Amino acid sequence: MNFRLLCLAVVAGLFVAACDRPGKGGDEASTSSIANPFPSTYKPYPSKTLLITNATVIDGAGGLIEKGSVLIEDGKIKAVGTDLKAPSGAATIDAAGKWVTPGIIDNHSHLGAYPSPGVDAHGDGNEISGPVTAEVWVEHSVWPQDPGFTRALAGGITSLQILPGSANLFGGRGVTLKNVPARTVQGMKFPGAPYTLKMACGENPKRVYGYGGGNTPGGAPYSRMGNVAGYRDAWIKATEYKKDWDRFNAGGGSEPKRDLELETLAGVLNGEILVHMHCYRADEMAQIMDISKEFGYKVAAFHHAVESYKIADKLAEYGACSSMWADWWGFKMEAYDGIRENIPLVHNAGACAIVHSDSEVGIQRLNQEAAKAWADGKRIGIDIPIEVAWQWLSLNPAKSLGVDDKTGSLEPGKMADVVIWSGNPFSTYSQAEKVYVDGALMFDRNDPASQPVMDFELGQPGEGDRK
Amino acid sequence: MIRRMMMSLAVLAAAPLAFAQPVVVYGEKVWTGTSQGTLENGVVVVENGRITSVGAAPARVPAGALEVRAKWVTPGLISAFSRTGLSEVSGVDDANDGGAGKSAFSAALNAADGFNPDATSIAVTRLEGFTRLAVAPEAASKLFGGQGFLADTTGLTGSVFEERAFTYVVLGETGASLAGGSRTAAWASLRGAFDDVRFFAARYMSHNDGNVLTRMDAQALMQEVRGHQLILFQANRARHRNAIMDFQEENPSLKVAIVGADEGWRVARRLAALEIPVIVDAFSNLPASFSQLAATSENAQRLADAGVTVAIVHFENDSHQARLATQVAGNAVANGMPFDVAMKALTTAPAEIFGMEDLGVLAPGARADVVAWDGDPLEVTSAPVAVYIDGESQPMVSRQTKLRDRYRTLDESERPMAFKR
Repeated sequence: MNFRLLCLAVVAGLFVAACDRPGKGGDEASTSSIANPFPSTYKPYPSKTLLITNATVIDGAGGLIEKGSVLIEDGKIKAVGTDLKAPSGAATIDAAGKWVTPGIIDNHSHLGAYPSPGVDAHGDGNEISGPVTAEVWVEHSVWPQDPGFTRALAGGITSLQILPGSANLFGGRGVTLKNVPARTVQGMKFPGAPYTLKMACGENPKRVYGYGGGNTPGGAPYSRMGNVAGYRDAWIKATEYKKDWDRFNAGGGSEPKRDLELETLAGVLNGEILVHMHCYRADEMAQIMDISKEFGYKVAAFHHAVESYKIADKLAEYGACSSMWADWWGFKMEAYDGIRENIPLVHNAGACAIVHSDSEVGIQRLNQEAAKAWADGKRIGIDIPIEVAWQWLSLNPAKSLGVDDKTGSLEPGKMADVVIWSGNPFSTYSQAEKVYVDGALMFDRNDPASQPVMDFELGQPGEGDRK
Repeated sequence: MIRRMMMSLAVLAAAPLAFAQPVVVYGEKVWTGTSQGTLENGVVVVENGRITSVGAAPARVPAGALEVRAKWVTPGLISAFSRTGLSEVSGVDDANDGGAGKSAFSAALNAADGFNPDATSIAVTRLEGFTRLAVAPEAASKLFGGQGFLADTTGLTGSVFEERAFTYVVLGETGASLAGGSRTAAWASLRGAFDDVRFFAARYMSHNDGNVLTRMDAQALMQEVRGHQLILFQANRARHRNAIMDFQEENPSLKVAIVGADEGWRVARRLAALEIPVIVDAFSNLPASFSQLAATSENAQRLADAGVTVAIVHFENDSHQARLATQVAGNAVANGMPFDVAMKALTTAPAEIFGMEDLGVLAPGARADVVAWDGDPLEVTSAPVAVYIDGESQPMVSRQTKLRDRYRTLDESERPMAFKR
């Protein structure tokens, strides 16, 4: 965490001591450990200088280069172009016929929190003890041994956001991870990624609470209007909390008591925690946008958003991303109006479109989900170049997570999160062959020794995907 | 095979079912599902609901025929396992007739009674090239879910063309839970139920209940126990499937197929030897439960390699997303399955498993379920441009396409969206 962010946090009343002594800043590791009780311990694995040549390169920023090259050095993208020379000692890969893209970023996953095997003892994704549980952090539920992480890696996923479930109005903090196996979740945490807050609209909160446990009425919220009252009530409390700390930090009065729930909400009001909101229906998204204006925060992304196509203009004007499936629909009332052209229609309106999974199965082939949306758009006359559509998979989700300055495209200086595909990744028949995270090879389809196997799978009848 | 088709053609000629306009479908590639293989620049001629010729272009064009050109032409796809048409919205109890947890009955439940040909998922599924469905009830009260049926996707009254086509029995974790808490209990229930049926006369002479089944449920299982009707067992774990195979060996007259079969590859040779077909979701590659520890993305291919008849389906949200089986099959190809085998897993294999005669192939005499595509049917970027069922052109419209067209532009300057239709 840099000093600016740290001070923002201080305004929220989180880290008083650190901000009181700004002169002691500079040692990033120590300040971040003060700022965050669960700091990232992720360090990129060793990597070689690598030149990938002769590939069709999607740079992730909207460009496509035929017979392109990508140079990786010190775990970073060094250069992308057509006439790159291998530095002495560099490894080279002739990727003729293959495609190279930025790693895919899934901004909606429950891996680790709802891991495989999906037994009750592993159901750690929803803290349904109350409609407002902003105090919980999903990273405390993430089991790093979930075999799902390795399957996602084989699908080219290099970073992902783990979110709490959607039972609650406020479900708790999300966490952004690098998709690298680790013994602890701290070992996966994306360095410097801001925290996020999961919120949920619609059917789930009212079903879980109002109608919860078969005891109707179970308690608020019992209806969509109850949902909205619940959000606003919490934001009013958070606003008061923030005021108390602002007053204290300006030198007034005694130190307010810390409140885990309100700390997170105040972090949102300070702009340092990004709101990711589960919301299917267009009319509800419009109301959420109004609520955010009432309290002075911003929704980074609406998730699922199956009706974004109905208000794509309003979403573009507001500036929220929509995190969407290509074709899920009909499994619940608020998903009834899902259409295959949602993603291209949102993109076409100038709004930010993201392809997400919310599934340990879907996360393995998000490139195919983007391909469907791309093709369905084309059929109705929305002709988006593949290299532009790829932003749904990398740069846009990176933006929604506040890490687009670090990853999400193959631009010099960014993390070398790179996938080599066997062919055009919008073909069903193409597969991720090599997946690099920070320049380190984390998956190689043609080398069983370069395919991670989680503890749970070791010694079982299947040991990894393809024993 | 051909002779049988010709015979049924003769029957058809005697009593024509439809007088649809003849259709000539030209394809840059025509996948036939027969020994004709994939024809380059082929043509399929459809008259009176049947295919009359399949061959290289040019073909004889019947008078008044509609001519259609496409990149690919295939038989209508067959969904081997879904709940399509049993539920309009899965999460809305009133609109979901998939399972009946509180019913006093189990094997006697006839899923066709809950089928709604107006369900919006039918057109959505048809638009993706599926013309026939095998629909199973959910097992919710006992491990016997009830009787499944076969339907076309016209969405018309009468689209169910075979009721009580098979019985659905869940083993594995769901079956264990429904039987009282263990796999052991599930097997006791299964054996007890079969005995109830075998000793029907004695057991139900003075009682309405047998050891496991009510009188009505036992009656409903009669055909299956006698080996006249297919039993579709849901099971994933290899040991379970071995137990099913033991069961079949003890009862050799039974007609058995297995749905699930995530660990099928481990017992593939035995499945092949006993000629037990499987219905798999080739996406399943995670140890999602303790019955799926050996799940692998290569399962479908390994089963097919061993000579097992494999149908490919998509299990998730199976009331609405049966259509994704093409994507699943395409991924099976990416994981090593030959394209032809993957296509058969969507056509001839389900036709064989469910005894759908004259379906799943493009062959003279076959029923004219034909799909014209704008690309390779297993590519996620492809879609049908025309669908024919029994030679009838199908509307390429669904509630989804209507919503799409309404919101294609968001101009409300003159009138609200609600007026756009």
